Amino acid sequence: MSWRLATVGAAMRLTDSARSIRLDVPGWPGNLAGQHLDLRLTAEDGYQAVRSYSIASAGPGESIELGVDRVPDGEVSPYLVDDVMTGDQLEVRGPLGGWFVWHEDDPSPVQLIGGGSGVVPLIAMARAHRAAGATSRFRMLVSARTPEDVLFAPELSALDATPGDRFALDVVYTRRGPEDWPFPIGRVDRAALERTTLPVSDSPAIFVCGPTGFVETVADHLVAIGHDPDRIKTERFGGA
Amino acid sequence: MAVISRGFGGRARREAPDLPPGQYLTEDFPVLSAGPTPDVPTEEWQFAIRTESGQTLRWSWDEFHALPFEDVSTDIHCVTRWSKLGTSWRGVALDTLFADVETSEEWVMAHSYGGYTTNLALDDLLDGRAWVVTEFDGEPLDPEHGGPARLLVPHLYFWKSAKWVRGLTMQAEDDPGFWEQNGYHTHGDPWREERYWGQ
Repeated sequence: MSWRLATVGAAMRLTDSARSIRLDVPGWPGNLAGQHLDLRLTAEDGYQAVRSYSIASAGPGESIELGVDRVPDGEVSPYLVDDVMTGDQLEVRGPLGGWFVWHEDDPSPVQLIGGGSGVVPLIAMARAHRAAGATSRFRMLVSARTPEDVLFAPELSALDATPGDRFALDVVYTRRGPEDWPFPIGRVDRAALERTTLPVSDSPAIFVCGPTGFVETVADHLVAIGHDPDRIKTERFGGA
Repeated sequence: MAVISRGFGGRARREAPDLPPGQYLTEDFPVLSAGPTPDVPTEEWQFAIRTESGQTLRWSWDEFHALPFEDVSTDIHCVTRWSKLGTSWRGVALDTLFADVETSEEWVMAHSYGGYTTNLALDDLLDGRAWVVTEFDGEPLDPEHGGPARLLVPHLYFWKSAKWVRGLTMQAEDDPGFWEQNGYHTHGDPWREERYWGQ
């Protein structure tokens, strides 16, 4: 697996701290929904830094999308969120990871649960689900500080508004909700999970992605509610 | 020759002469795992080594704690590119656990509570290079970091240091474990940057 040249095709702000970056990567072999890649930056003096990022897009084609959240004091993410411009060049290697992926021939109902930029690999799954015209049911729960902190909010709302019950979106706000928001403000707890996620009786495939504390808490609650641990796949930041 | 990324200066770069290629330093202790953290009460915990002849050595939590413990200070390197220097652990050397094991097999599969597996060469586990540890930084090991007990094989990428470890099985072949089936290198030496398949 070799490093490939990537050219920034577009960069679009998602939230105050996150940006979507479209990369044109000649020779990219396509990727499954949920996979990640390694991204390498090289400074003029030859210094290099590499980090892993989830891919927000899925399927064949040589154009891919990343969603990058700025890590304070980080080395690579601030460059990607604040500095990189259309036409800039960097390198990527991948796709990587064969575990935290959704396959379009899986007929199971799917529950996606994302905290912060943990939404990125999950929106790849939602996009793949829509692109495949899959009839399995997808339900997605997003945890965000405020309404302005939901990554890909317009696209998720549009998916949610599509007629039929193939995709449903719920959001839990941890700091501040929209005006007249009827639900509790605060971290995702057992009650929020029971209100917003597919029941144990549906035996859903569950994908949880976010910061370690979020993933630990959510996964523990899911097991306590009665979900089979083998049906719960997790991915955490700080450890990809 | 790599392309230059315009305007990238590596603003946070730090002097880190002891890092394997492609790694960066972290002060945190990030977590890599594939599913929920298993809940393993120490009253139910067991550690076993099983050989090709059917010989099985088994330790309860109390029996395990009757073995000689060692303090281990070591650097650790995760395949997801973070490295943490000078971490402190306490546990039992695999040399101690293997003292009465009779085997001619060269390969080992580590099994964990929760179903995780990882494959290792027996050579990588002996000669003071691997432990089963139950303490980190002087405290009982947190469940999210593999408690009550995890393997510690610090000269390989950290996924080889199986969390929630419950046993080792001797094998004739180097069959791939969990992450190894899902894209990670079968050996995983950070100094040779053995991260992924087909590098």
